[in-house]
Amino acid sequence: MVNALPKLFTDWFSAKGWTPHAHQYDLLQGATLAESQLLIAPTGGGKTLAGFLPSLVELAADAPDGLHTLYISPLKALAADIKRNLQAPIAEMELNIRVEGRTGDTKQSQKANQRRNPPHILLTTPESLVLLLADARTESIFANLRTIIVDEAHALAGTKRGDQLALCLARIRRLAPAHRRIGLSATVRDPNELAQWLDPKGGRVVKAAAGPDPDISILETERPPPWSSMNARYAAPSVMNAIKETQTAIIFINTRAQSELFFQALWAVNDDDLPIGLHHGSLAKETRRKVEAAMAEGNLRGVVSTSSLDMGIDWAAVDLVVQVGAPKGVARLVQRIGRANHRLDEPSRALLVPANRFDLIECRAAVEAVRAGEIDGIPLPAGGLDVLCQHILLMACAGPFNADDLYQEIRDAGAYCDLTREDFNRCLEFCATGGYALRAYDRWQRLMHRDGKWQLRDPRSARRIRMNVGTIVEAETLGVKIGGRRGGGFKLGEVEEAFAATLRPGDSFMIGGEVVQYQNIREMTVQVARGGGRDPKVPVFAGSRMPISTALADRVISILSDPEHWENLPEHTADWLRLQAHFSKLPRRDRLLIETFPRGGRHHTIFWSFAGRNAHQTLGLIVTKRMEEAGLAPLGFVANDYALMIWGLDPVNNPAAMMEPDGLREGVEKWMLDSSLMKRTFRTSAIIAGLIERRFPGMQKSGRQATVSSDVLYDTLVKYDPDHLMLDITRREAMRGLVDFDRIEDLIDRTRGRTDHIALDRVSPLAAPLMLEIGRERVEGSADERLLMETLGVEDMLEALAD
Amino acid sequence: MDDPSTDSAAGCLFELASTHLLARASGALWIPESKMLIVSDLHLGKAERNARRGGGLWPPYDNEATLLRLETEVSELKPQMIVTLGDSFDDDHCAAALAESDKARISALAEGRRFVWITGNHDPTPNELPGESVETLVIGALTLRHIADPHETNEISGHYHPKANFFVRGRRITRKCFLLDNDRMILPAFGTYTGGLDIFDPVFHPLFGTEADAILTGEKALRTPVAKLRQLAA
Repeated sequence: MVNALPKLFTDWFSAKGWTPHAHQYDLLQGATLAESQLLIAPTGGGKTLAGFLPSLVELAADAPDGLHTLYISPLKALAADIKRNLQAPIAEMELNIRVEGRTGDTKQSQKANQRRNPPHILLTTPESLVLLLADARTESIFANLRTIIVDEAHALAGTKRGDQLALCLARIRRLAPAHRRIGLSATVRDPNELAQWLDPKGGRVVKAAAGPDPDISILETERPPPWSSMNARYAAPSVMNAIKETQTAIIFINTRAQSELFFQALWAVNDDDLPIGLHHGSLAKETRRKVEAAMAEGNLRGVVSTSSLDMGIDWAAVDLVVQVGAPKGVARLVQRIGRANHRLDEPSRALLVPANRFDLIECRAAVEAVRAGEIDGIPLPAGGLDVLCQHILLMACAGPFNADDLYQEIRDAGAYCDLTREDFNRCLEFCATGGYALRAYDRWQRLMHRDGKWQLRDPRSARRIRMNVGTIVEAETLGVKIGGRRGGGFKLGEVEEAFAATLRPGDSFMIGGEVVQYQNIREMTVQVARGGGRDPKVPVFAGSRMPISTALADRVISILSDPEHWENLPEHTADWLRLQAHFSKLPRRDRLLIETFPRGGRHHTIFWSFAGRNAHQTLGLIVTKRMEEAGLAPLGFVANDYALMIWGLDPVNNPAAMMEPDGLREGVEKWMLDSSLMKRTFRTSAIIAGLIERRFPGMQKSGRQATVSSDVLYDTLVKYDPDHLMLDITRREAMRGLVDFDRIEDLIDRTRGRTDHIALDRVSPLAAPLMLEIGRERVEGSADERLLMETLGVEDMLEALAD
Repeated sequence: MDDPSTDSAAGCLFELASTHLLARASGALWIPESKMLIVSDLHLGKAERNARRGGGLWPPYDNEATLLRLETEVSELKPQMIVTLGDSFDDDHCAAALAESDKARISALAEGRRFVWITGNHDPTPNELPGESVETLVIGALTLRHIADPHETNEISGHYHPKANFFVRGRRITRKCFLLDNDRMILPAFGTYTGGLDIFDPVFHPLFGTEADAILTGEKALRTPVAKLRQLAA
């Protein structure tokens, strides 16, 4: 291999006592060929430096004025951190390279200055990048761009932020055709697919040498884990011991609620008062920053976190990753484990802590998958049309465009290579006229077609369009504030509106590892005081639980269905499965096991379908609807990742019929149309597509009367324009998101009507944990109206009036 | 009891200034004695205005939906007089920009009965449509105007779009509603694309004592003390 690293750099590496990694050379070599490259490397291992090295080498030789390298990160904090890390080599080699960041936090004056006098290296986020591109004045700064570096590419591809970034990259190609792209990614299922996403014109994949296999153990305690629990409280003392024996540990937990509970449980056994922090997405930004800073300074021995720490700054001191609860996905587990130990020659250490019996099997399955080098994931979906609509409007802000040119440009975006002209035309039509069956906006089109080009009818609307940039739409949450009656006070974090609704004055709940007492809701903020009673509630966040991946579920079924696999299981778990084989049957991948049994005056039916929680939730709604039609009086259901359990007043003699695939899709779509799920999805897509505008703080109070609720717009569209693009988009998004219909179809496909119905006289061993599962759904025809009557006590009154 | 114009099940009956009034589940107010239908804050043309000002292009069916609901009320009650309490149009321009078909529907509604447009802050200029435009209207002991006057009694007004927001068993419920006490009543917005102002907002403090009631709209009109809703909201 030719050593493309100049002496200045090799000297610098030597002075540091470092040797450049093979993949750093490799990337440097490839960069000279001006082709795009995707580097797959674990955390650490000099991944970021590898990405920047080609630019630094080029700029060291010759650094003319102008933007040379654009670095894009999903995290603002990461951009700031990279800036600090780049300063070291630049200063130590005395390079004349200017590095600047451009994010939502950058001052207007600096942004304006960057336009006149761009730095050599600009660090930014997808949202700030699109704003830069949506402005005709900034086009020229890309003229001499040589390199685009996309960090954490695996975390962006397949998301709406990734869709937006892909569209931006396509635009930049038009402005600077000669640039090359470098993607930095953690281990993924299909590196070629991701490389294709990064640059549809092609590129190569560079893989860093795999380090030693990770050292993964599963926590085994004398007593078996509980039958059904999510919070693993039983394991807190063992995890505490593990923390004591390490320098710094990250303790990952799947949901925010569980992280609050486990954090409490850890502190209850933290006899040495080791500094242990908590980090999750609902804590106030300042609180999270403090924890991150303490980690960076090495002041914490452990941090309990959710996926909020899946990405981000490398903390060299982390030498143990603890995963509490089943990991749900192999890729995610591997990426998390990679956050421990950044020396490539030593194994990362990880400890898996099953929270219950099923978790124990799933942890086994995950470890097997990691050892087999199997990474799961779903193929990257096509880019969202809502994001495309936003992009079209933003590009109109940059200047008039020709529709054919823009279509060609968009097809050069990784997520939109297969975009049909018809879909593009519908999106353009939506942006221009609203795309309604009733052509009402001829005078007030948003985009006008003049002289062969599309442009903003009213240039002043550019400001409103730019204000609405971005694809992250927050759920409707309320801030939680402590103290400060008059405006002041300290923000602890936020809770969902629905949770706030369940609180009464005097109730206490947990947030940020603290128990606080609810006082009232004032100006859309939950006021709390410190301290509180026993039994604090734990805020639940809808949709925060990720379902088990298909690959991992398959491995779980293989373990369950094959007694030879049980040898490595703890005795208590193997015994449990033997009992299941004796009293009922073991689930198999190619058959659907259905168990029925009476219990407590109710008839229970369990479908062991292993399609993941979301798909089971959907199935629960559809199957209970079918049971209702069949007069089987279903009362409720509960879903977890492995099974769906329904109970009702009557026995279900032919449960297989309830899973009949005919009409299933139609049933789902019909049910969806009216559901709050569709309305939530519609709101998100409508905001992204620019149909409705975001509300900003300060607008809220005075603006309420003037705004129209997204629910009203949804109902109106369903009634008057059911074929409208926005409803199409909503349906597509819902089907692939929370409804997870693909998994249901996959289930039908793999079982093909082959069922084992076992009628039992009592609950089976495998089903026992399900009896304790939380999150039971009640089946009821009663709507708000009935609830209102009961609560307000007006029914009697109305009857009296009617008499 | 089959006559909807007096059927209490079709709304909530109450008295203001010794006049019987029926707050309808639709958000309209009916005075049986004088066969008068009152609606408020239609905000016709709201989607068109939002588009004109460079905002999103909302589904352009709001006028259609609002007029359809008004027509339903009219065909059910057969009023001798219709009054709109102001902000009938989202701005003055909207009245002129109304589609011909919508103008025809309004003319049909005004046909054979008295039709009074009370002007509002959104539509201060009298419009060119059939009917008369006034700032206030006195009907017997009752005064009708757009924005409530804290010093007035026996008054019916609109403007604020009162809306109740509360929680029943963890489920959030949002309903447009009437607000009333012994001195006044405020109507909910009848327009389709109208947001609402929370009934606990301080602007209502000078207008209502502690004894105020809300009448929720929806499938049925439900009357309940505001204090009760406050308990459910907090």
